[in-house]
Amino acid sequence: MNSSMNKKNRPIFMNLLQIRMPVVAVLSFAHRVSGVMMCVLIPFLIYLLDLSLRNEQGYAQALEILRHPFVKFMAVLMVWGLAHHMLAGIRFLLIDADIGVGRDSARRSAWIINVGGLIVPIIALLVLL
Amino acid sequence: MSWRAHGSRAWLMQRVSAVYLAVYIVMFGLYLLLDAPTSYPAWREWMGLPFIAVATSVFFAALLMHAWVGLRDVIMDYARPPVIRFILLTSVALGLFAMGLWVLRVLMLIPTPLSIVTVASGILPLATLVHPCTA
Repeated sequence: MNSSMNKKNRPIFMNLLQIRMPVVAVLSFAHRVSGVMMCVLIPFLIYLLDLSLRNEQGYAQALEILRHPFVKFMAVLMVWGLAHHMLAGIRFLLIDADIGVGRDSARRSAWIINVGGLIVPIIALLVLL
Repeated sequence: MSWRAHGSRAWLMQRVSAVYLAVYIVMFGLYLLLDAPTSYPAWREWMGLPFIAVATSVFFAALLMHAWVGLRDVIMDYARPPVIRFILLTSVALGLFAMGLWVLRVLMLIPTPLSIVTVASGILPLATLVHPCTA
């Protein structure tokens, strides 16, 4: 009885604006967000591959789709996702190999990746424009 | 292998596929930057090169497997009532399975001397998807 009361009265703190988000948590969360985002894009990727290999018209159509402004915007978003996901993934692999496990080095690498992951799509944007 | 081993197997699959995906994506990116195809025949011929066709089949196998383990982890962490979790896991598994069939069909239509190898490696996503579903 007492324990169930405690369970009901337990403070639940889900205010995302007030939860402390250390850099490492931001990195981990962005790794998930970018992963799910790219999963959603897989069917579009297969569709483009299918279209581009089908015949001459399909190839031209695929190129036209890629030139569309909205698709370009999505491509830049995907470049961010890919850059962040890959860099953070390499970081996780290094941590598996006992490299950069310490708190300070883990925080430093997380900062570098969170910022570096944003710089890559900016470069892509400049190239696309 | 006992069912207890499945967690560590998924863990390992996620890392092995990650390394392959990274290598393939960097190579493909370099190809687009340095020697982008200029016409349909050039693009089709390049994709039909035995080495590229096989590497691409393995890429999609690794991609679908990596997506499965990743989405499975996310769903298991956040989808609360078991019914919702089951529905989500099932639809993701079926969706990825269908994408595997679709890619298989796309890659099989490119004529290549090594098409049997291509088909065999294209079947990989299906085999690897079926297994963790039972975990």
